Amino acid sequence: MVRDRTFGNRVTDIILIVVLIGITLSCILPIWYTLSLSLSSNSAAAAGKVWLWPVDFNLNAYAQILNDNQFFRSFWISTQRVLLGVTLNFIMVVLMSYPLSRTAKELKGRNVFMWILIFTMLFNGGLIPLYLTVKELNMLNSIWALVLVGGAQTLVFNVILTMNFFRNLPKELDEAALVDGAGPWYILFKIYIPLAVPVLATVSLFSIVYHWNEFLYGLIFMSREQFYPLQTYIQQLVVSVDPSTMSEDQYRRLSELSNRTLDAAKIFIAMLPVLIVYPFLQRFFIHGITLGSVKE
Amino acid sequence: MRMKGFAKHYYLMLIPGFLWLFVFSIVPMFGIIISFQYFNPGKGILGSDWAGLEHFKYMFLLKDTQEVFSNTLVIASMKIVANLIAPLLFALMLNELRLMILRRWIQTIVYLPHFLSWVILGGIVLDLFSYNGPVNQLTALFGFQPKLFFADAQLFPFLVVGSDVWKEFGFGTIIYLAALTGINPAMYEAANIDGAGRWRSLWHITLPGIRTTAVLLTVLSLGNVLNAGFDQIFNLYNPLVYSTGDIIDTWVYRTGLLNLQYELATAVGLLKSVVGFLLISVSYYLAYRFVNYRIF
Repeated sequence: MVRDRTFGNRVTDIILIVVLIGITLSCILPIWYTLSLSLSSNSAAAAGKVWLWPVDFNLNAYAQILNDNQFFRSFWISTQRVLLGVTLNFIMVVLMSYPLSRTAKELKGRNVFMWILIFTMLFNGGLIPLYLTVKELNMLNSIWALVLVGGAQTLVFNVILTMNFFRNLPKELDEAALVDGAGPWYILFKIYIPLAVPVLATVSLFSIVYHWNEFLYGLIFMSREQFYPLQTYIQQLVVSVDPSTMSEDQYRRLSELSNRTLDAAKIFIAMLPVLIVYPFLQRFFIHGITLGSVKE
Repeated sequence: MRMKGFAKHYYLMLIPGFLWLFVFSIVPMFGIIISFQYFNPGKGILGSDWAGLEHFKYMFLLKDTQEVFSNTLVIASMKIVANLIAPLLFALMLNELRLMILRRWIQTIVYLPHFLSWVILGGIVLDLFSYNGPVNQLTALFGFQPKLFFADAQLFPFLVVGSDVWKEFGFGTIIYLAALTGINPAMYEAANIDGAGRWRSLWHITLPGIRTTAVLLTVLSLGNVLNAGFDQIFNLYNPLVYSTGDIIDTWVYRTGLLNLQYELATAVGLLKSVVGFLLISVSYYLAYRFVNYRIF
């Protein structure tokens, strides 16, 4: 871009850079602070001495987590949930978005199917009916409640994203395959899926993040701590406030009693998987989101 | 074309996914019936006695629900406005930045909080604002008394909106940046040759270039007027701030699942679902009419 290098412009540039960096730091520093808090001593944390570098560096908090069996159990439940959820999401997205990407002439009732999908996305019965349904299905305390309930709610969005991608593929692909005598399953698995890698990667990464982060269903469908996924476990332990703490004094005492370094360590480990998949996620999601949009 | 036998395979592909959605999205919708019943878990939905509109009448008389509805509207509206403006401003600033490496780094970092759960971020935010936390340490430098920020009902809605903007503004810039890359660079060059400075280019080229996107996002956000963000508030609130911070979803959770008033909680949830559904439908229709936006 051609632009004047006047004095005023350069000053604007500098102000711009400073403001942008400031805002950006505000996004990353709280995470960094949590890490440094988790590596500090309890007394330093309580005295408010910890800023962006650990004070009295030690690994006590992490050593304590090693002895916390429930933490590992919950971590494992979350891992299983993510694996099951992502696999199921992938299979269903592929199987649904391909037929729905056909025209209404090729698939009779296509538009009715689409409206049903949209309806399930926009309307829901609310929390209590959902809870009663899962209860009737005898799925309380089962990991399948977590996988299936959450999965059903994110499925439609993922199907629409993938379906729009399929619809934007050139028609000639189908025609060439048909001339060669390919059937629908062959076309789907040998032509469509290989072409859809970016959008399927996006959808799968969204699914990983969703299943890892979701905490409410763990709370309402699991009656005992031993069945909690990690986010629910942390929610109950670190974040939630007992409704009986009614006065400001009690609230303050609660925060003074809490073991801030241990909480920070738990929080940090719980976000680690997301931090690890994030670089991959970032490569795909911007692309994937714009890929799925309807063009015209 | 030999596509005659394809249709039955298409239906076959659709069956598992629709079955899944039927059980976990459609079936719970029928659960809303209990809001018209004296629900008896032993007798089930089919055997319970009818109550007519009694729970709905009770709901409108209850002081709780009025407070909860107005809190929801206030918080959600503030969020809608803030989450439209903040990403727009940030995207415009980022667009003016010509150091490409810095720009990519900034983008990578500001998208991150979107992918972390409110359990994690709630834990971090509560620690930052805790009695001994960094925010109080910082204000102490300026001579302020330490304060329990999240026990202050007056402050709570603003802390909620602020932390939500902090989490989401980065992700919100993606769609604006996509629109900004669609502007033809030749227009800037032409404006420059004609003697237009930075601000005039911004006003006459950049802003008109993203007008459609901004209108679309504004219209679509109308559907969120009743969504104040359950995950966030559930992880940040406490009984001291119920008067300004308790929203429909958190109230439904406590009333239904902790106090076991299934019918009342379902009635309130149903009202929210219906109004929300109407709002979203209207906003989609408006988006379709004005900017030809289609989801499929």
